[in-house]
Amino acid sequence: MKQKDYIGIAALTTLIIIVPYLVTNDYYLGVLIFTALNCLACIGLCLLMGYAGQISIGHGAFIAIGAYASAILTTKLGWSPWAAMGFGVVTVIFVAFFVGIPTLRLKGHYLAMATLGFASIVHIVSVAAVGFTGGPSGIMNIPRLSIFGFQLNSDVKFFYFSWAIVIAGLYLAVNLIYSRVGRGLKAIHGSQDAASSLGVNITVYKIKIFVLSAIYASISGSLYAHYVLYIDPGPFDVMHSVLLVTMVAVGGIHNIWGALTGAILLSLLPEFLSFLSDYLQGFGIRYKTDYDTLVYGAILLLIMLFLPEGLFDGLYRSIKAVFNLKNRLMKGRSQGAV
Amino acid sequence: MKKRSLILLIGAALILAFSATGLWAEEKAAPAAEGGEYHVGCIFAITGKASWLGEPERNTAEMVAKEINDAGGINGKKLVLHIEDDQGDNTQAVNAVNKLIKKDKVCAIIGPSTSGTSMAVVPIAQEAQIPLISCAGAAVIVEPVAERKWIFKVPQKDSDCVRRIYDHMTSKGIKDIGIITTTSGFGGAGRDQLKKIAEEYAIKIVADETYDPTATDMTAQLVKIKNAGAQAVVNWSIEPAQSIVPQNMKQLKMTIPLYQSHGFGNIKYAQAAGDAGEGIIFPAGRLLAVDTVSDDDPQKKVLVSYRDKYEKTYSDKVSTFGGHAYDALWILANALKKVGDDPAKLRDEIEKTEFVGTAGVFKFSPADHCGLDKTAFEMLTVKDGKFVVLKE
Amino acid sequence: MDQPAHILSDILQFIFMGLQRGSIYALAAMGFNMIYNATGIINFAQGEFVVLGGLMMVTLSTALSLSIPVAFVLTTLFVTVVGICMERFTINPVKHPTVLRLIIITIAVSIIIKGAAMCLWGKNSHFMRHFSSSETWEIYGATILPQTIWIIGILLCIVAGYIFFFNYTMTGKCMRACAINRDAARLAGINDRKMVMLSFALSAGIGAIAGIIITPIIQMDYTRGALLGIKGFGAAVLGGLGNSMGAVIAGILIGILEAMAAGYVSSHYMDAIALIILLAVLFVKPSGIFGSAEAMRLKEF
Repeated sequence: MKQKDYIGIAALTTLIIIVPYLVTNDYYLGVLIFTALNCLACIGLCLLMGYAGQISIGHGAFIAIGAYASAILTTKLGWSPWAAMGFGVVTVIFVAFFVGIPTLRLKGHYLAMATLGFASIVHIVSVAAVGFTGGPSGIMNIPRLSIFGFQLNSDVKFFYFSWAIVIAGLYLAVNLIYSRVGRGLKAIHGSQDAASSLGVNITVYKIKIFVLSAIYASISGSLYAHYVLYIDPGPFDVMHSVLLVTMVAVGGIHNIWGALTGAILLSLLPEFLSFLSDYLQGFGIRYKTDYDTLVYGAILLLIMLFLPEGLFDGLYRSIKAVFNLKNRLMKGRSQGAV
Repeated sequence: MKKRSLILLIGAALILAFSATGLWAEEKAAPAAEGGEYHVGCIFAITGKASWLGEPERNTAEMVAKEINDAGGINGKKLVLHIEDDQGDNTQAVNAVNKLIKKDKVCAIIGPSTSGTSMAVVPIAQEAQIPLISCAGAAVIVEPVAERKWIFKVPQKDSDCVRRIYDHMTSKGIKDIGIITTTSGFGGAGRDQLKKIAEEYAIKIVADETYDPTATDMTAQLVKIKNAGAQAVVNWSIEPAQSIVPQNMKQLKMTIPLYQSHGFGNIKYAQAAGDAGEGIIFPAGRLLAVDTVSDDDPQKKVLVSYRDKYEKTYSDKVSTFGGHAYDALWILANALKKVGDDPAKLRDEIEKTEFVGTAGVFKFSPADHCGLDKTAFEMLTVKDGKFVVLKE
Repeated sequence: MDQPAHILSDILQFIFMGLQRGSIYALAAMGFNMIYNATGIINFAQGEFVVLGGLMMVTLSTALSLSIPVAFVLTTLFVTVVGICMERFTINPVKHPTVLRLIIITIAVSIIIKGAAMCLWGKNSHFMRHFSSSETWEIYGATILPQTIWIIGILLCIVAGYIFFFNYTMTGKCMRACAINRDAARLAGINDRKMVMLSFALSAGIGAIAGIIITPIIQMDYTRGALLGIKGFGAAVLGGLGNSMGAVIAGILIGILEAMAAGYVSSHYMDAIALIILLAVLFVKPSGIFGSAEAMRLKEF
């Protein structure tokens, strides 16, 4: 880990501690909890996309598996939520492993389509297997989480808990990036052939990272189930997988902090848009929540066209650009004076 | 290039700043149950697959609220509706109920429109102890009553709907039937009732087929029903499938009668089915056949006044679903008038309510949170693209 | 299905159903191939073209009550223009394309088209009347809709047009040249940028036609794009990516398999069939059943 990462994590932790004192309405805390769950999934996805260079449009499926494992085991078999969450993780490890072996042999478009196909199959099964997943009616009455007898029964408690997990996940991911594994991954991203000739076992690395990123998604799904206490196939459709890719891409594929920024920004975007709509109504412009999808698409497209490295990287570069511009102007003026 | 990225970045920074201020500003603007207003939440499937239910419900709720407020409100207080659109999606409904309870601090909730969404939000309303008046058909929403203390519903029960259909079949000598239901909340509950009540009537279900709420082709299921030798088909859903099943049947040249549930109560479903929709038989509230209701019927006055007002305000055909919102909001308004906006008192008051509504004559009791029986139904059919009372 | 008399007519019924669905996958797959051959891109917005075609057709033929042929032509033109705009404003300006970036760009376009379709047409299912009568014909106990005949007929016309265009017209030959070797084609004086634009236009047009002909049967709404797209891609891969005739056969095959699965296994898992075939082919023989593994290795990926 580098110094700036320590600073980042410290700053994030401080922010998280303060937030509940500023935001006291439970509804907005709920929004921030969903933000945390998205962040968790995006950190995993960023490891895969940014550091291993493999795209996955199927991470919604791993979230779904985690969520359904938690929901089914706790409501139908009476397991403890922690055991169920663990089982979800184990299931996801197996699924990701077996899906990963053939899938990760593929490249580029094929890989994207294969993961998309996998996600669609999981979604179809969650709708069709009525006896198992409850079908479109979903699963109700999922128990709350509790830690050592301390029940997470309020939004504030769950807020701290979910963000604590995000920070832990972030710490792990950042450490991984600077480890031997991380360097190996970067090499794969640069050139697969060069990496393998230098002794990096590409397949093993790719599968490891795929499984790890799936674990992040699975935990995010389990937490979702235990926060909302109700699940149905709705939130785990292909669109959700696409949204996760969007979050990572908007923030910056090649930087874990970028992915985090993207996840936070896009998770808060609907709230911002609904706030903006109240504001615009004063001017006689009617903004409907229906436009949200359009806004997401437009943001993604603009970022990809003009800032392919994402907002985070763009921020860094434009600060530099401003300085350059200033220097040039100063120079120009002094020359003009002469 | 650099300039462009700068503009984008400033945009992003603004978004972040606005989001933060948004959280702040709304925080302060959140209504803290001010003295002069009653806050009521509404959740309807205004858009999406079930929009032919939710849209008339939203329209009706707004119309009734305006009427109440124009007449000086309730006890001199303004009735404020917080209307949310769940798009017929269960998770959206769960989020919307949480939002209404936590952010808008409503005293009671009307809706959701569909049985699936209603079932999904039942535990939340129960836990938050906020009365909820569902506008959906499945009886399981309010049964068993012991576990549904805070939940009421205004549409007729699906179990009564099944009984009316089976009554009609028995009178026609139909014994072997095929059923085709969606796997969504309403379809699933309907399938259970169809199977359970079939025994009472000695009706045999020779084919039991299901389809996903998003399915668009039911040919394969209907082929199986056809081959099983059914004398009639019952389709149970609220999705556009209600118009596709008759089309598929026509395509397969199946001439046996098609029965549908009370979820067919919007003329748009019949219009979408076109020619194939002719002759569909379904039970529905008297609202769709106002003109055939005799003048001394207790419902006559309310039916005529609601229909005329709705059709005048929105220049659209009246549907039974809008009627459910009408019943729910008036039942709640009457209770608000008597006991104010304390959720617990409201609940107790609704449980004692007797009310003449569009769906029937309600008589709520601690043992019955629906308050209607099978006499609230009339058997209707589609003739020349219109709903008419079935005369046989 | 206990009486043997049903067996034959059932199979025939499911084959008709499969032809209907398969034709749509075949058309979507041809669209994928068209763009892939010209650019090496898989267009994730291909399914959205189909949706756009269906929705626009409903509006023109129902709300504006234009006659079917007029509405058909206008809708195809409209979606073709959308395809051209997509290429001009999102693909053409990218100076340093990487696969990841291009994938995300086409995904972004698909989100935008989907969002726009939702705003313009709402979230309802849209329905329209069949092209001609909706009275079915009976063949050996199975029934077939005149619309199914329309669908198959139009598919055949497009295939014929496709063969003619790529084999007997100058522009078509230029496009083929670009597909084989872009640099060589450019050296021979072919405007490759223009060919890319043309491929997007044609692919959008074909997608629109698929949407137009299927809408009377399935009802169209804005959410269908993703699944239609991925099934079309399944057909394209099964037929060998880039091989359009293979794609047509593969599309029909997937459609029939789906219909059989709906009839004899479970209609709930019907949609999964195409996806399972897609994954199986990708894992076992990514070159498809009609493609050669040799050619595959030479493609950019």
